[in-house]
Amino acid sequence: MTMTAHQETIDQADQPLLRVRGLSKHYGMITGCRDVSFEMRPGEVLGIVGESGSGKTTLLNCLSGRLPPSQGRVEFNASRHGLVDIYDLSEPDRRRMQREDWGFVHQNPRDGLRMRVSGGANVAEPLMNLGRRHYGDMRQASLDWLNRVELDLSRIDDKPRTYSGGMQQRVQIARNLIHAPRLVFMDEPTGGLDVSVQARLLDLMRELVRDLGLAAILVTHDMAVARLMADRLMVMKSGAVVETGLTDQVLDDPQHPYTQLLVSSVLQI
Amino acid sequence: MNAQANDAALTATSNSPERYYTYGYLDEQTKRMIRRAILKAVAIPGYQVPFGSREMPVPYGWGTGGIQLTAAIIGPDDVYKCIDQGADDTTNAVSIRRFFAKVADVATTEDTAEATIIQSRHRIPEHPLKDGQIMVFQVPQPEPLRGLEPREMETRAMHAYEEYGLQYVSLYENVSAFGRIAATAGYPVMVDERYLMSPSPIPKFDNPKLHNSQALMLFGAGREKRIYAIPPHTTVRSLDFEDYPFETQKWEESCALCAADDSYLDEVVLDDQGQRMFVCSDSHYCSDRRAQGFRGPMAGHELVDIDKDAGQ
Repeated sequence: MTMTAHQETIDQADQPLLRVRGLSKHYGMITGCRDVSFEMRPGEVLGIVGESGSGKTTLLNCLSGRLPPSQGRVEFNASRHGLVDIYDLSEPDRRRMQREDWGFVHQNPRDGLRMRVSGGANVAEPLMNLGRRHYGDMRQASLDWLNRVELDLSRIDDKPRTYSGGMQQRVQIARNLIHAPRLVFMDEPTGGLDVSVQARLLDLMRELVRDLGLAAILVTHDMAVARLMADRLMVMKSGAVVETGLTDQVLDDPQHPYTQLLVSSVLQI
Repeated sequence: MNAQANDAALTATSNSPERYYTYGYLDEQTKRMIRRAILKAVAIPGYQVPFGSREMPVPYGWGTGGIQLTAAIIGPDDVYKCIDQGADDTTNAVSIRRFFAKVADVATTEDTAEATIIQSRHRIPEHPLKDGQIMVFQVPQPEPLRGLEPREMETRAMHAYEEYGLQYVSLYENVSAFGRIAATAGYPVMVDERYLMSPSPIPKFDNPKLHNSQALMLFGAGREKRIYAIPPHTTVRSLDFEDYPFETQKWEESCALCAADDSYLDEVVLDDQGQRMFVCSDSHYCSDRRAQGFRGPMAGHELVDIDKDAGQ
């Protein structure tokens, strides 16, 4: 890294990692999400909660460059470009930024993994996409990461279809963190898992996110997940953000009637 | 009635305008379309040019892409050679060779050095190719990334933006499963350090022959409707890892017929007792060497000897 590049990274620390201004997405007459604005700092975990159909996934797809919004700007502090609107970048630049700076954890690990190649190759693929060409190094890196996500290392060369749902999800998480991204998008990462596996996975994710100082955007309808993982919450209803604030503040002292309903409807045991 | 009788009198080998087929089987517009695709393919080495592949009188998988390429470039002064698995005398090679002898009035040969157009699926002949020769490959699957990425839109984008990390996943799988890069045929190459290309299912033994070749290499996939090319003197690099460099196949045996130790050998099982022989896959190379007097351990002997053996 050159002197100027280093200077730039210092300058970038003062800037937000992600800045969203007036983001809307319409599907014809139907509103996906409406006039969403927020900022994120490096290392921050933002939870997006709301009932199904409230526009959480639409918002996530707009933010992650998969779905061009109808209006508004999504600015990301990319390592190669500084703070830019991701939809202003050319397609190869955007794809490279997605490869280098982002991770995306799908709700269903089958969407995020290559089911035809082994777990180890799935974890090492982001490194190959970034131009690494040394097999031994990549093998070691994927072993390290499978170890970090507490996967049985003897299963490294097995196909993901032979893994349990929880194992698949852990492989997907390792695959999305191995290249040290700056921002990870998570769409209901614990959605399809049973409660005990959920708890361990949440524990693991919280640890990794804290250790690596990752910024993450976490979409969930599970208040417990939001409480455990997120620093800040955005509550969505019918495509609009109705309440935002620190997680504890929003969950302990909800202001908007919908948030009150959401919090009070969580089952207590 | 009279006109029909006149037509019947014309032979298929006639090159007059009244012949039954257009010269080289394909109609002129189709040949022009294919030639335009070839020119584009030569201009962008390794890039897959889509073309309007036609129905051919053989099924997909029997070399329709290669036949269309040959039909578009062949002329009456060409000398045509066709091989299948390196051999000139297998059914498919003989049929395609006869096809062009009939529809294009060309001389055919088995001699690699003498041929101007050599059509092949699985091999590049052992005899070094020279300036002015054209190799035509019959390609079943032109997209090297297809096994890993099923979406055509995505693989096209990957070629356009030179995102070739994914191809290394297949090599990684090889090394993790076998401890070496075990892929043997259709081994992916980088052409001119720009486009990733699948060199048809030739053994990786032949990959080094693609690099800086004096001959023009044309690849045609009839079913997949793609043409691509390696112009002469183009850099072709086989993919590998830093710690697992590219290697070609090696044999401990030499050819049982001609004793060649530098050619690609086929293993032939002789009986159910585990007897086998290794023999050159390039039939012309092998017979040429035997004509020069090279003899392998299982080469034919004088008839007298065989009789004597039988008598014992």
